[in-house]
Amino acid sequence: MSQIGKMVAQRLALGLLTLFIVSLIIFGCVELLPGNFAQEMLGRGATPETVAAFNRELGLDLPPHERYVNWLFDMLQGDFGRSLANQREISELLGIRLQNTLFLAAVAAVIAIPLAVSLGILAALYRDSIFDRGVNAMTLTAISFPEFFVAYVLIIVLGVTLNLFPAISNISEELGFWEKVYRTALPALTMTLVILAYVMRMTRAAIINLLASPYIEMARLKGLRPGRIILKHALPNALAPIINVVVLNLAYLVVGVVLVEVVFVYPGLGQLLVDSVAKRDIPVVQACSLVFAATYVLLNLLADVLSIMSNPRLLHPR
Amino acid sequence: MTMTMSKEAFGGNASPWVSRIAMAAIHFFILVLFLQNVTADTWSSIIGLLFAHLYSVVALTYWSRIERTPAGDTVVVALTLEFVLVAIIFWDRASAWPWSTMFGLALVQICAFAAVRYWKELRGAPASAWFGLIVILIYVMVAATAPIIAPFGETEIVGSEYDVWSNKHLLGTDNLGRDMFTRIIYGGRNTVGIAFATTVLAFVLGGLAGLLAAAMRGWVDQILGRSVDILMAIPSFIFALLILTIVGTSVPSLILVIGILDATRVFRLARAVSMNVVVLEFVEAASLRGEGLWWIIRSEILPNILPPLVAEFGLRFCFVFLFLSSLSFLGLGIQPPTADWGSMVRDNATLITYGDITPLLPAAAIALLTVGVNFVVDWFLHKASGLKD
Repeated sequence: MSQIGKMVAQRLALGLLTLFIVSLIIFGCVELLPGNFAQEMLGRGATPETVAAFNRELGLDLPPHERYVNWLFDMLQGDFGRSLANQREISELLGIRLQNTLFLAAVAAVIAIPLAVSLGILAALYRDSIFDRGVNAMTLTAISFPEFFVAYVLIIVLGVTLNLFPAISNISEELGFWEKVYRTALPALTMTLVILAYVMRMTRAAIINLLASPYIEMARLKGLRPGRIILKHALPNALAPIINVVVLNLAYLVVGVVLVEVVFVYPGLGQLLVDSVAKRDIPVVQACSLVFAATYVLLNLLADVLSIMSNPRLLHPR
Repeated sequence: MTMTMSKEAFGGNASPWVSRIAMAAIHFFILVLFLQNVTADTWSSIIGLLFAHLYSVVALTYWSRIERTPAGDTVVVALTLEFVLVAIIFWDRASAWPWSTMFGLALVQICAFAAVRYWKELRGAPASAWFGLIVILIYVMVAATAPIIAPFGETEIVGSEYDVWSNKHLLGTDNLGRDMFTRIIYGGRNTVGIAFATTVLAFVLGGLAGLLAAAMRGWVDQILGRSVDILMAIPSFIFALLILTIVGTSVPSLILVIGILDATRVFRLARAVSMNVVVLEFVEAASLRGEGLWWIIRSEILPNILPPLVAEFGLRFCFVFLFLSSLSFLGLGIQPPTADWGSMVRDNATLITYGDITPLLPAAAIALLTVGVNFVVDWFLHKASGLKD
């Protein structure tokens, strides 16, 4: 157990270090901004006094390292500063948006992951059959499509022609849980289609990789049914790569949501990021990027740790 | 036996009569183009003339080296003549765009040369790979000859907003009254061109760094490897958005930012595959022989890692292409009035809520190209792995 503990601790430390460097990069990028930030924000007509006042208000007159430390500590306490565009507290904006994004990711994950893993297992079980090839070709095509294409096709087919789901996912706090699920159906479905292919292909590959091993051969020679061989013998050993790809795709669900949110006008973090980029509202862009990057780093870390924990050789050391 | 006979019949390897006819046709054609345009746009014509000569030299050298068959010769000559004929029929447009015409001609011949050269492999290719190749070919031809094919100018306003499909405007008009068909043709040229340039940049940067890291190891490997780890820890789409907010969205900064972000992936692959080669005996022998670093990279390592890198190029191109169109779709990529498939979908998205599929056509064009490239890469990988075992 100590070996696992050591490896996990190592990964955690590495993850924290990565997070720190990422925050440094995100902060540093703004430093690279050409020209005077205040001058650009206030326009050409700004007097030196207003520029100085603006700088003082944002703390821009301090040297960069002090500003970085302030920024980091404020952020750790949940204070992200104010938006330049509308002077609102960023943490206020962020909280609700993040909730919505996580809700969408959760709905998509609940649909996609069980479906993808079971399709992958079925494809491995009936490999080289028509079913396998059909699923394979379909997923390969799905990978090739731009997300907004998938999204608009779903809007046209399910939203406009069949009129099953709303084409615009306008959700708010007051709505009941099922109403929210109903309204997020199309974006969730889009993301499902996008990650389905990856998870399915990886599940299939992870299982098929094992099928040539001697112990599977043994099980086959004992006369076990193929279904039992795959579920009882192959699956536990294929679990590590499958968990890995599932968690990595969860990271994708949270981070890759940007486009899907824009298509469906979903009030999530991605939409906020894109709007702020268009307005060049730097503090909000920084805060959003940091939240996205942190989620991504943490989920990658989780994937790492889980794949260590699910490795039978490490779990039962000799 | 048949080989030698065909060689004798066609005058041996050096400057056979077919290539002379083909080259003479190009020269004649280009000379006419040149005379036609010498007053209108002197520089363009002179550059075109130089390009044509350079191309002829390259083609002649290559032509004498490949294994030729009468059928292959016929294909090349027929295609050349066909292109010249088409250009003569549409003389007005062809002479107005000498550059595009010449690129088109060169492309036709290069494709014909390649098809003749690799015919044996191509014949065994599955239907999906053929489909992919033909799709790629069509895209490249359309991109090269866009001004000749497109019925209107790229940013020309030719009608009212959101016109329906008609004989005059094949696919209707867009939100500003520009011809949709024209915009799709030019969009292909811009989006595919920029994505290609970005992929090339990513490969030059990432491939070179990966090879260097593998060949030199030690601290070079450590520094490069750790910096790439850090760059990859940030989700690339978010990172690109952050940097583009700061440096602004011009075409050079798009190419640079996406190229560097993608170079990290190329670096990983190039380093991993060349690590396997670096430890082999022949590399060691070369370095004991006193060969320089560059020589070892170029002549010992690179040829052995080429197949996975070529396959990766295809996949990377798809990725960059989708990435770029996604940025454009968000309004943060290629800026108007330049035609581009991603932003065209966004600009005309209102039509979708009325059940009109016109705005989806650019998106479908993106999808078709990525599917095509994926099919070809699939076939290539299959072939490359088949050769190994």
